[in-house]
Amino acid sequence: MSIVTVQLGQCGNQIGHEVFSALCSDIRGTHGLCSKKENESYQDSCKERFFCEEESGVPVARAVLIDMEPKVISQTLSMAARSGHWKYNSHSHFCQKQGSGNNWANGYSVHGPRHKEAIMNLVQKEAEKCDRLGGFFTIMSMAGGTGSGLGAFVTQCLRDAFPTSFILNHVIWPYGTGEVIVQNYNSVLTLSHLYHSSDALLVHENDVIHKICAQLMNIKQISFRDVNQVIAHQLGSVFQPTHTAGGGSGYSRNPLGDLLEPLVPHPEFRMLGLRNIPQMPESSLAYSTFSWPGLIKHLRQILIANAHMEEGIDWQVRPPDPGSSIPSTNKPLHFNTSIANLVILRGKDVHSVDLGSFQDPSLYTSWLNPQDAFNAWKTPRAFNKYEKSAALVSNSQFLLKPLDSIVGKAWNMFASKAYLHQYTKFGIQEEDFLDCFTTLEQVISSYTNL
Amino acid sequence: LSRVSPFAVGQCGNQVGCRFWDLALREHAAVNKKGIYDEALSSFFRNVDTRSGDNGPDIYKGKICSLKARALLIDMEEGVVNEILQGPLRDVFDSKQLITDVSGSGNNWAVGHKIYGCQYRENIVEKLRKTAEHCDCLQCFFIIHSMGGGTGSGLGTFVLNLLEEEFPEVYRFVTSVYPSGEDDVITSPYNSVLAMKELNEHADCVLPIENESLFEIVNKIHQMINSGKLGSTVKQNSLVTSSAGSAKTLQEKPFDAMNNIVANLLLNLTSSARFEGSLNMDLNEISMNLVPFPRLHYLVSSLTPLYTLADVNVPSRRLDQMFSDAFSRDHQLIQADPKHSLYLACALLVRGNVQVSDLRRNIERLKPSLHFVSWNQEGWKTGLCSVPPVGHSHSLLALANNTCVKPTFIELKDRFMKLYKKKAHLHHYLQIDGMEQSCFSEAVSSLSDLIEEYNELDATKGGPRVDPSRLKIAV
Repeated sequence: MSIVTVQLGQCGNQIGHEVFSALCSDIRGTHGLCSKKENESYQDSCKERFFCEEESGVPVARAVLIDMEPKVISQTLSMAARSGHWKYNSHSHFCQKQGSGNNWANGYSVHGPRHKEAIMNLVQKEAEKCDRLGGFFTIMSMAGGTGSGLGAFVTQCLRDAFPTSFILNHVIWPYGTGEVIVQNYNSVLTLSHLYHSSDALLVHENDVIHKICAQLMNIKQISFRDVNQVIAHQLGSVFQPTHTAGGGSGYSRNPLGDLLEPLVPHPEFRMLGLRNIPQMPESSLAYSTFSWPGLIKHLRQILIANAHMEEGIDWQVRPPDPGSSIPSTNKPLHFNTSIANLVILRGKDVHSVDLGSFQDPSLYTSWLNPQDAFNAWKTPRAFNKYEKSAALVSNSQFLLKPLDSIVGKAWNMFASKAYLHQYTKFGIQEEDFLDCFTTLEQVISSYTNL
Repeated sequence: LSRVSPFAVGQCGNQVGCRFWDLALREHAAVNKKGIYDEALSSFFRNVDTRSGDNGPDIYKGKICSLKARALLIDMEEGVVNEILQGPLRDVFDSKQLITDVSGSGNNWAVGHKIYGCQYRENIVEKLRKTAEHCDCLQCFFIIHSMGGGTGSGLGTFVLNLLEEEFPEVYRFVTSVYPSGEDDVITSPYNSVLAMKELNEHADCVLPIENESLFEIVNKIHQMINSGKLGSTVKQNSLVTSSAGSAKTLQEKPFDAMNNIVANLLLNLTSSARFEGSLNMDLNEISMNLVPFPRLHYLVSSLTPLYTLADVNVPSRRLDQMFSDAFSRDHQLIQADPKHSLYLACALLVRGNVQVSDLRRNIERLKPSLHFVSWNQEGWKTGLCSVPPVGHSHSLLALANNTCVKPTFIELKDRFMKLYKKKAHLHHYLQIDGMEQSCFSEAVSSLSDLIEEYNELDATKGGPRVDPSRLKIAV
């Protein structure tokens, strides 16, 4: 099954490029550490999922590139082509000249309707090229105007045009100290709208990835490219082919479905966080060895303590005593309650790994059986030169605090009515803002009371 | 790429404009090695096929044939514009882009606004439409003018009104040079306050500039170079005051160096729209992020560094100094101290080899010493453009919506009142058709209201004492 990726705005297009690059470089690598047959199967599966073949033999990404100004798309297309190993379809993009001005209302109410037909035609073409459409993966930031506003509109259009397809939105949360002054408004508007049309939101926060670059990757002068490459690695560790639990011997044929169905059992809870371990500079890989028990132990504590990476984990945080039914208000502080988790293991000796600790009922709410709340995918094929790597996709309280912070700042600004005239002139009124705040306060309340 | 159309009005406007076009050409020439008419060039220039004369068709791709600025040059005297047309930029403009007269406006806003405005309205509208036709996506108008005289001030604000009427959706950015206290034009307070009312009501964004500040910056650079304190040599064409490529440290005309600073301001403002970068910042984003309430659209600007040393490797310490300087009083382009006043919003547009971690480190470092309004505690708008200005390895433009503009406006009002109370020189204005006493009282009232808004913000620090309580959800 194939996934069509929709890259929206500067961020979406810059990240999208790094994702396809990472996927392609991984399948071309000789570090698979598995049998030739396994490797070929992996490559074929990845190609079917993300690329289509052209006569020239160069894989063409299954992607639609959208932006309201031309520079980024132009750069993205040419960087891909220059790699010589993959490229974008030269017609699969749509851009305009004037940008969205960081204005969600401009992206959603003006550009959206104006360009809906042209954009959906491109999406339709890509969808038709797939033998079996597995769903849509959109990449956007929620801070600006295009990714956020036009992204929300396009997601709605996707939902309307493909009512039975899976839609996963990859959303980038901006640095807390600001890339855009109205980013909190744009974020509130985006998240509340996506909540109504998307199946799930997979979130990366710039502040978190920045820390990974600084502390784990040892990068001195961190650029957005560095940040995007870490993000691409993390996404690759989720989306590259794996064997799902009941999938028999072949690679999963329904990647988005397999991901979303167990992780999003209830429509009120759609926020997914992503963790990946280990992460280090490529130059250190040769000198490092890892054991699965160590990796699993760290990953579990990252989940429980809501840590962002393997450094600085708070080992004091423990789950509540099992067996006692504790109202959420009495749960140990800082403990991250989960609804559902997915662990993906890649590399040497995966089948020997004991994941019992993730099935501990005290990690979860009581709605699901722990066997249903926890899933694991494994593949012996190593990813991106890491002999062993583990990824965690979690529907838990990971994003509760950041979400609350964004809504708080946006509300503070809204109370003073600052910048509202910039939105009302494009048709987004105060009542629309209030609806969005209400939606998100509801989400915050739901996650708080797990 | 979206097109920008600058209008230079009056002597000051045209002198700055001239420096702008010169520097813009040099900047693009430094980046565009193959002589291809590219997207970046097309934001400010048309590419005209002049083989069949000046009226040739526009060429949208391919080799550069003849570049024409997307501009209108307007002056009611011929001297400055004629000089431009005889100088090295003569081929960048054609006669259809010029509107001139002979007698000038006599330093009288009313002459510029009412008489010439009326007289040249049709002409200006027609040329405006022509300019717009040549742009496939007109995003922004720039007006460059001075406030203290007659043409730039009066006719310039007339053009501003026209732009709003004819193209209401296109952003109007105005770079206004405010007169100093010792200005030799006695009626400059009248002209400035009359013009301010127009800026209040019809501009999207105003970048006020004061000659005193430009002058101080120029002197500072001379002192630094001549003092010999600098360890390495200064890259000559990196001076923010120099015509890139020129080897002179002392300019022949005193205003050249000062005008170069303003020209650089405009270049840097538009750099991220023209050149690529990891975090683009377009002009409409500047207006969106820096104008929280429609009338509070006056932005204090600063450019750093003033020069670049010849070192190839810039230690981060020096980069950090660039950020610190952007907030210091002596780098602002008006007489203002943003650090001791209240920020409503702040934008940083960085060019060159600077990455997001440098930006973040410096924002974290500087934030504690800055006062932000309660509803925008972390209000930073940032942009990263990969292409540095000619001669520099990196540069920073800071734009602040800050209450430190208030003193400039208060002083202006005081100077105005000094004259107005005595009714000095009023008759020169009132004798013009369409001018009445009420024009003056309305103008000063508009200015007073603006000052009051800044006072309010300073008094309350912009917000309720208590954080507003969030919506409660029934569980």
